[in-house]
Amino acid sequence: MPPLLPLVLDEVSFVAGRRTILDRVSLTLTAGTRTVLLGPNGAGKSVLLRLMHGLIPPTTGAVRWNDENASSLRRRQAMVFQRPVLFRRSALANLRFALAVAGVPRVEREYRARNALARVGLSPIADQPALRLSGGEQQRLALARAWMLAPDVLFLDEPTANLDPGSTAEIERIVQAIHDGGTKIVLVTHNLGQAKRLADEIVFLSGGRLRERSEAARFFRQPTTAEALAYLEGELPWRMPSDVSP
Amino acid sequence: MNTFSLALAESLAMVGRLDPKLVEIVALSLQVSLASIALSALVALPLGAAVAVASFPGRRAIVVVLNALLGLPAVVVGLAIYLLLSRAGPLGSLGILFTPSAMVAAQAILVFPLLAALTRQVVADGYEETREQLTSLGASTWTSAIALLVDARYTLVTIVLAGFGRAISEVGAVMIVGGNIDGVTRVMTTAIALETSKGDLPLALGLGLVLLAIVLALNVAASLVKESVQRRHG
Ligand SMILES: Nc1ncnc2c1ncn2[C@@H]1O[C@H](COP(=O)(O)OP(=O)(O)OP(=O)(O)O)[C@@H](O)[C@H]1O
Ligand SMILES: [Mg+2]
Repeated sequence: MPPLLPLVLDEVSFVAGRRTILDRVSLTLTAGTRTVLLGPNGAGKSVLLRLMHGLIPPTTGAVRWNDENASSLRRRQAMVFQRPVLFRRSALANLRFALAVAGVPRVEREYRARNALARVGLSPIADQPALRLSGGEQQRLALARAWMLAPDVLFLDEPTANLDPGSTAEIERIVQAIHDGGTKIVLVTHNLGQAKRLADEIVFLSGGRLRERSEAARFFRQPTTAEALAYLEGELPWRMPSDVSP
Repeated sequence: MNTFSLALAESLAMVGRLDPKLVEIVALSLQVSLASIALSALVALPLGAAVAVASFPGRRAIVVVLNALLGLPAVVVGLAIYLLLSRAGPLGSLGILFTPSAMVAAQAILVFPLLAALTRQVVADGYEETREQLTSLGASTWTSAIALLVDARYTLVTIVLAGFGRAISEVGAVMIVGGNIDGVTRVMTTAIALETSKGDLPLALGLGLVLLAIVLALNVAASLVKESVQRRHG
């Protein structure tokens, strides 16, 4: 099986009605690194993530994976949404369902589902209705579901929005563990602390355009575009401009 | 005592001593309506889910027709089935006109649009919330439809209960295709209509009370299901 990555976006645009939501974005994502997408509300981050994951097609331009086999494209990627989407069954049954969909033989499902729950610390609530779990627990369950199938790439769209600091730290720990297992991470966040902790590289979007892409430490030390600078200042109002651009 | 209170007292006595004639009619009613709702649900639920989830040519047309058929007049259904099953009709060779089978068919068709349209609505709502996740997991259309039916299981129970209530309290269609033959095709609603016109108020009233009790029990059951789900599953 050829590697799934790199992923190449070639002049990708997305137009809804008359509005251009993404404007000729070109970007190559390689294996091994943790890529964090930053940008103000409405920049087009979620749309970009859904385009990469194949949930929506680009209006123009191309999304190309190294392995273009259709079933690989599904099986080797996973996505965790901002609001976890779970089904009206127990936590464990949610995982068994995903395994069944992925074609895992019935005899393996129970074991693998329990294993996945254990890895995110949810073993004690295995039999509880998933829709009754707390927000943090639901998000961990969604992460377990994605992790369980050992994807080559995991897309995460603001996985810790609305979570308290403890839950956020827990999610970050899990994302890090998934990455350590060899999964490429593509994460959208508005939490700059989280971006600093998790990112190897930053991709910065605003107004539907890719403004800047750089190694994480450099992005925070020395953003090169006015848009990125403005965003960093806006998100950190207590910081003096001199802190941002030395 | 006036006629009404006499009739009421007598009807309560009939229900109390399980009058054989009354029991026979109630039993046939239940059999016919249970069979019709089971048959109808077997087709309507998967169809409703498929229409909600799949995209195929003619899908919108099906949705429009299903919703339009919600207001299907029962007597017209009865008439159509009568014509189909009558000796000269296309299905006349079956020879089931004026049998319980014909009544099952009539009720099944009558509740079909209700079951299918409500199922479609519930599944479509669920699909809206889960579509991207299901696609992301790689679920086929068929798998998605089944998963959403399972997700909506408690609502489906209340939909089926509503369908059963409509089937068992319907009179026009079963009258036409069943013929209201004593001991063969006489069900609660047709018996009530006949006995009232004949002036046998105790039997009519007794059957009316039983029917009322059944319909009320269905509604109570439906709201109990709903409550317990909200408590357990959020
Ligand atoms: N399917 C769609 N049809 C029309 N407009 C859309 C569609 N999807 C997104 N948009 C619009 O595109 C713009 C970018 O949306 P997107 O959700 O990608 O922003 P975002 O960068 O994720 O913002 P946030 O940080 O608030 O999540 C928004 O203005 C949104 O209203
Ligand atoms: Mg977003």
